[in-house]
Amino acid sequence: MSFIRKPKIVYKGQRTNALGLTRRDYEGGMSTLCAGCGHDSITTALVQAFFELDIEPHKVAKLSGIGCSSKTPAYFLDSAHGINAVHGRMPAVATGANAAARDLYYIGVSGDGDSLSIGLGQFAHAMRRNLQMLYVIENNGVYGLTKGQFSASADIGSKAKKGEVNEQRPIDPVKAALALGGSFVARAFSGDKEQLVPLLKAGIKHNGFAMIDVLSPCVTFNDHEDSTKSYAHTRQFYHPAVHADFIPPAQPIEAGGDEGGVLRVNLHDGSQLLLRKVAPDYDPHSRAGAYSYLDECEKRGEIVTGLLYIEEDRASMHEISQTAKQSLRDLEYDKLNPGAETLKALQSRYR
Amino acid sequence: MSDEAQSRVNDFVVKLANVNGTGSASANSLFMKSIFRMGIPVMGKNYFPSNIQGLPTWYEVRVTRDGHTARSGNVDLMVAMNAQTYREDLAEVSPGGYLLYDSTWPRSRDLVRDDVTVLGVPLSGLCNEHFDGARARILMKNVCYVGALAALLDIDLDVIRALLEQTFASKKSLVAFNLSAIQLGYDYARENFDCPLPLRVEAMDQTAGKVMIDGNTAAALGCLYAGATVGAWYPITPSTSLMDAFKAFCHRYRVDPDTGERNFCIVQAEDELAAIGMVLGAGWNGARAFTPTSGPGISLMNEFIGFGYFAEIPAVLFDVQRVGPSTGMPTRTQQCDLLACAYASHGDTRHVLLFPSDPAECFETAVQAFDLAERLQTPVFVLSDLDIGMNDWMVPELAWDESYRPDRGKVLDAGQLEQAKEFYRYRDVDGDGICYRSLPGVHPKGAYFLRGSGHNERAEYTEDAGEYQALVDRLQRKWDTAKSMVPEPAISDSGNQLAIISLGSCDGAVREATEQLGRRGVALDYMRIKAFPFGSAVQEFIDRHERLFVVEQNRDAQLRTLLVNELEPDMTKLVPLLHYSGLPIDSRFIIEGIEAFIAKGVAA
Repeated sequence: MSFIRKPKIVYKGQRTNALGLTRRDYEGGMSTLCAGCGHDSITTALVQAFFELDIEPHKVAKLSGIGCSSKTPAYFLDSAHGINAVHGRMPAVATGANAAARDLYYIGVSGDGDSLSIGLGQFAHAMRRNLQMLYVIENNGVYGLTKGQFSASADIGSKAKKGEVNEQRPIDPVKAALALGGSFVARAFSGDKEQLVPLLKAGIKHNGFAMIDVLSPCVTFNDHEDSTKSYAHTRQFYHPAVHADFIPPAQPIEAGGDEGGVLRVNLHDGSQLLLRKVAPDYDPHSRAGAYSYLDECEKRGEIVTGLLYIEEDRASMHEISQTAKQSLRDLEYDKLNPGAETLKALQSRYR
Repeated sequence: MSDEAQSRVNDFVVKLANVNGTGSASANSLFMKSIFRMGIPVMGKNYFPSNIQGLPTWYEVRVTRDGHTARSGNVDLMVAMNAQTYREDLAEVSPGGYLLYDSTWPRSRDLVRDDVTVLGVPLSGLCNEHFDGARARILMKNVCYVGALAALLDIDLDVIRALLEQTFASKKSLVAFNLSAIQLGYDYARENFDCPLPLRVEAMDQTAGKVMIDGNTAAALGCLYAGATVGAWYPITPSTSLMDAFKAFCHRYRVDPDTGERNFCIVQAEDELAAIGMVLGAGWNGARAFTPTSGPGISLMNEFIGFGYFAEIPAVLFDVQRVGPSTGMPTRTQQCDLLACAYASHGDTRHVLLFPSDPAECFETAVQAFDLAERLQTPVFVLSDLDIGMNDWMVPELAWDESYRPDRGKVLDAGQLEQAKEFYRYRDVDGDGICYRSLPGVHPKGAYFLRGSGHNERAEYTEDAGEYQALVDRLQRKWDTAKSMVPEPAISDSGNQLAIISLGSCDGAVREATEQLGRRGVALDYMRIKAFPFGSAVQEFIDRHERLFVVEQNRDAQLRTLLVNELEPDMTKLVPLLHYSGLPIDSRFIIEGIEAFIAKGVAA
């Protein structure tokens, strides 16, 4: 038996959100990942993000491909539908699902193997369509389930557990997303929930494809010395460039402290993002600026994190397609079928 | 008029050899449609290259007063417009036939046949004199031969005029332009030949209530009327025109006139892997979704197809079959994906296949496919082919039954989920192998995490041997249920010992062959398979007959293989009759094949 149901414990004084739900209502089954896995921290951050956003759990659709990361949708929001698809193909399933019902929140959880190798094409094209979804890459530079092969995000010089050194250039999902026209590009670290949770919230509310590359160390196969995706390495070279605070629409916005370094970004549903820039000149609206900043930091061995690029008014898939506001699956059949008379009339051209 | 001459009225084949990219397609279609408009049944087949401009292309028009829908195998009049293929085109003309060519330039002396009447019309010369500009001259040369054919075959010029007026309703100047080209050819033929020829047309009343439509357009209409809202695809010949048509119909009939909102979403995917993934995502989420593709696309979709089978997601796939793989024959027809579709994917998988035989059935089958996919919660394949999909066939006008309502299958709504004590996504409550499903976002109680092979009745992850086996056994039960839901075979059984089993686009050739063989004393029954899995009627038909010719268009006898694999027939009874040249099967092939088999038996 591989599914472990989590017991529901109710106790007095549990915090509830605007819907009267507790955090527990946003959790899922027991994780079967290794103890200390970075992915579990991301799961916890997702639970917090959805809880704090007051989203009805069943109004979320969870999607994933194959890999350790792709198991995690079973560990949060157990009253949401989820689909654990085939390797590297979650973006396609998400596209179809979203095409059918645009009134749900879509979250895809993928990994570096799933998104940057087998699924690189689908990852790129979902971004190109600006499909409205939160797309989390749980990035650990290694294949866990097949026991320790390098993934496409492994850095040059990074050493595998058995001693092999990677010589191939990594594919950086952040740089890829910038080049491919991503409208929301962020990087975070599973070990920094304070940064991650607001990013996830902003991503959930973003009107388009929100890509968050979350460095998430693999404690079993890639957490040793000489690995560049270990907890120790990430913590040492971690460089937050932009910190995001998420402000829901209802909440009054306080002009907090020094406005000079703060950038306000209005999201589609009226919520706001306050971006506190650690690097003073950083402009998260400049694709080229983001790219060159990443390059510079990379040369110094720094790992840049934060909401690195955002373009909030780019048309999403449905806007481009001019799809009906009402979800297609809910349209009455009478609206879809032009009727017998029309069929007769339209055939005059075939005579 | 002699009997022989009379016998060729409204019963002959004209083949037009052209260079692709010269505008011949519209001239040829004008030629065919004018005969159709005279009330005479016609069949048209386009043999075109995978190329934009410059390669040989042929169009074959069979004028058939008896309403046959297949090729006969003869060519009575060749319009040889392509010097590259002149030699083979001349060789293909049946004895006693005609060849019309552009006599502006001299013909090689060795291109002669005593048994073929050659008709030279200086098409280029006439057009060069009459029209300005290279493009106009090339285009009008084609229209000009239609004029010559009108004189030779006695086609009513008023009908041609009406057709042109309709075609160029928005560009009136083109009507006179085209008509002058028609007149040029017409007058030249009248002045220089004894018009009309013994093979000629005579108005009939056999096309009332009929339309000329291709299968992809008809299938697209089926999708429209079935209420499909999500289409995902990757362009591939010969299926592309299905989505093109669906898109055009949607823009016409699915856009809200007040808001401009579109009640559909068509996604041109990055490849076929993504296209089927999108269809499954939409199906999982409760929309009617489909993808049109061809063999290479099916190959790419295999992993997802198996996933759809195990996860039990409705999906509709149109496989417009063509010769595969890769380059060379992608614009030629075949029925070569039967096995690839029947058992697509890894693991124990079997899929429902539907076999329309003409565009009218493409329309009906498309609607059935969506109902079956949702009822059975599984991917359903409509296997048409290039011949059905891309050629205009004469079929009864498509009709719509207003009482139709989509069968959404066993889907629990919010109220039912609220009432339910617990929800088991994969529990066989009704004993038919089909479980109740819930759609995302409808009710928290309906939530489940969907996976491929490893899930129990509650859709929870499992690696338990017993639970896995119970799952695949239930899927087998569902497969047995499917046997009684899919369309029954079309059977004509007069108690003969001999019979034909066939499917899809072979139908016209088989029916013509059985008629002709019947007249020659070889009586045959006929069963046309319309779906896979095979129901009991298929087994019984085989059991009732002593010898059955399995007629299909592939090298490896794929239908016969499926019959042998899925039923318990006496294999020796099933004689394969295989046509796999890439051209649509003709009746002569079947007649000769069966006669040869019988002669061999007699000799032995």
